[in-house]
Amino acid sequence: MDVTHPELYGYLAEFKTPEDLVAAASRTREAGYRNVEAHSPMPVEGLAEAIGFRKTRIAAIVFTGGLLGGIGGFAMQYFASVMHYPLNVGGKPFNSWPAFIPVTFECTVLAAAFAAVIGMLFLNGLPRPYHPLFNVEEFSRASVDRFFLFIRWDDEKFDAEQTRTFLQGLNPESLSEVRP
Amino acid sequence: MALETNDRGRGAPAPEPVLGPGHDYTTVTDKIGSMVLTRGFRKEWLIGFALAFGLVNLFLVSVTWLLFNGTGVWGLQVPVMWGFAIINFVWWIGIGHAGTLISAILLLLRQEWRTSINRFAEAMTLFAVACAGMYPILHLGRPWVFYWLMPYPNTMGLWPQFRSPLVFDVFAVSTYATVSLLFWYIGLIPDLATMRDRAKNRIAKVLYGIGSMGWRGSARHWSRYQMAYLLLAGLSTPLVVSVHSIVSFDFSVGIVPGWHTTIFPPYFVAGAVFAGFAMVLTLAIPMRHLYKLHDFITDKHLDNMAKVMLTTGLIVAYGYLMEDFIAWYGENEYEHFMMLENRPFGPYRWFYWGLILCNVIAPQFLWFRPFRRNVYLLWIISMFVNVGMWLERFVIIVVSLSRDFVPAAWEHYTATFWDWSLYLGTIGVFLSLMFLFIRILPAISITEMKELVHEQHHHAGRQGDGQGHGDHGESHS
Repeated sequence: MDVTHPELYGYLAEFKTPEDLVAAASRTREAGYRNVEAHSPMPVEGLAEAIGFRKTRIAAIVFTGGLLGGIGGFAMQYFASVMHYPLNVGGKPFNSWPAFIPVTFECTVLAAAFAAVIGMLFLNGLPRPYHPLFNVEEFSRASVDRFFLFIRWDDEKFDAEQTRTFLQGLNPESLSEVRP
Repeated sequence: MALETNDRGRGAPAPEPVLGPGHDYTTVTDKIGSMVLTRGFRKEWLIGFALAFGLVNLFLVSVTWLLFNGTGVWGLQVPVMWGFAIINFVWWIGIGHAGTLISAILLLLRQEWRTSINRFAEAMTLFAVACAGMYPILHLGRPWVFYWLMPYPNTMGLWPQFRSPLVFDVFAVSTYATVSLLFWYIGLIPDLATMRDRAKNRIAKVLYGIGSMGWRGSARHWSRYQMAYLLLAGLSTPLVVSVHSIVSFDFSVGIVPGWHTTIFPPYFVAGAVFAGFAMVLTLAIPMRHLYKLHDFITDKHLDNMAKVMLTTGLIVAYGYLMEDFIAWYGENEYEHFMMLENRPFGPYRWFYWGLILCNVIAPQFLWFRPFRRNVYLLWIISMFVNVGMWLERFVIIVVSLSRDFVPAAWEHYTATFWDWSLYLGTIGVFLSLMFLFIRILPAISITEMKELVHEQHHHAGRQGDGQGHGDHGESHS
């Protein structure tokens, strides 16, 4: 659903402070827009809620990753030391489970950390070097000191004229058309 | 008196700011960005890097000589088979732990003073782990078969021996290195996006652009990012405790008197944090001076770090006391000999008393505010701790091994030139990487500094008496 529209990808409104952006995002959401995105140089509390984003699945992904890592780590040691090639090492039992805990723990953490990073990047659709927003000159300040609100063309309520007027009504510093 | 006001009321705003006055989003970005996005090199940087790079060459020569001739070039002999290689391994990995403590544990405890030192401390972790990680391979007699320590299906049908702490080490250190790298890189992504957008140079723009993965600061992305970052912090916290505990198992699982001590895991972790904070201070004080970062790394930061160092130093001192007490209380003649005769009065007694001077006596000055506020004294104390923690590992490893159960197997260990050169070489590797890091990547997290700016503005706006609050803060600095 990304870049099929021929001319206009959406409108980008620029704001000076995070408070202005949160207020503008709330009003946009109240006006019935759903494909709203907000961009800020740092995380702004309440902004995700203002554009209607409530929950991430990251925690579940990390938990699953950790669980698989832990079970896998222990199973590997059990398989190696009890089933595949049992050896008498220092008279210890084959299934010397207390000695297996450190490796099991490290495998848990490693898998959970990979799940956190890869899960986050995957859900965010990163890496993605090109994005239509980067065509807008003002947007280069989105990572520095400016705050942006973006309405995408495929929103049900999106209308080239009306949306433009609506965004003007929010008193942005600047308003740009985004070309795909 | 100032301290009294400081402690009053938990709900009261912190009297001393962790960010210099008059900063907004732009100035923070410019100040930190300008350390990286300028042409040419500072004279101090060039000199420092040249010296460090000279030591890198010493490192390469030492490794070549070692691989060519074998571990016999070191001063190891039969009772003392673990010398500098393991001492320095434990020392380096211990230094790494402060970085994780600052970035992960202080994040979980919501300590906002961590924001200006976390990036730098995490980089220190990575480079210290890089130095540490080389020793377990280099000190193998046959380093080219180090991959046998990894579990993989092979035609011999063999597996690593999962009951050995040295195999635990492989998992612990490789996990620690990987997770620290991921945590550090995730923290860097938004800052790399800032660098991408600020860079004038085309090549720099492309390179930072690749690093930032097309980050565009979307609110949805931030939301997932923050959750992932928080979870990584939650994972790193037990990880850092486990890693140095596992390193301590290398000794405490052994039967050698002086090694077989159940106190080692927590005491090694405390010692690691102690040594790590000393190294953060050793590096942060000159960097702050050189790059004029007094607004970001304030006296408050140094003061807090000194307090953490004092706290962990006291835990370490308690560890020394307990080792001696249990040796006396336990009435095992070997342990009694090791702790109460060999360490304080044996041939290595000066190492032991140096250790007590550096780790037990020197940090006690940190109880006093003038010592914590004077950068010169603080730097000297942190150098004492760096040396003291090295001596601690020497005392535990070498002194215990050189005289244990059978007197016929007592032998003195003396380090050779190649022991020293490899150690100095890893210091060179560490410092070179630090210098490159400061030149190439933002040494302070721009994003988190902006959160701090945002919080301060927000706070000032809500209070409505920002002026009075400011005056209050002034009276303490």
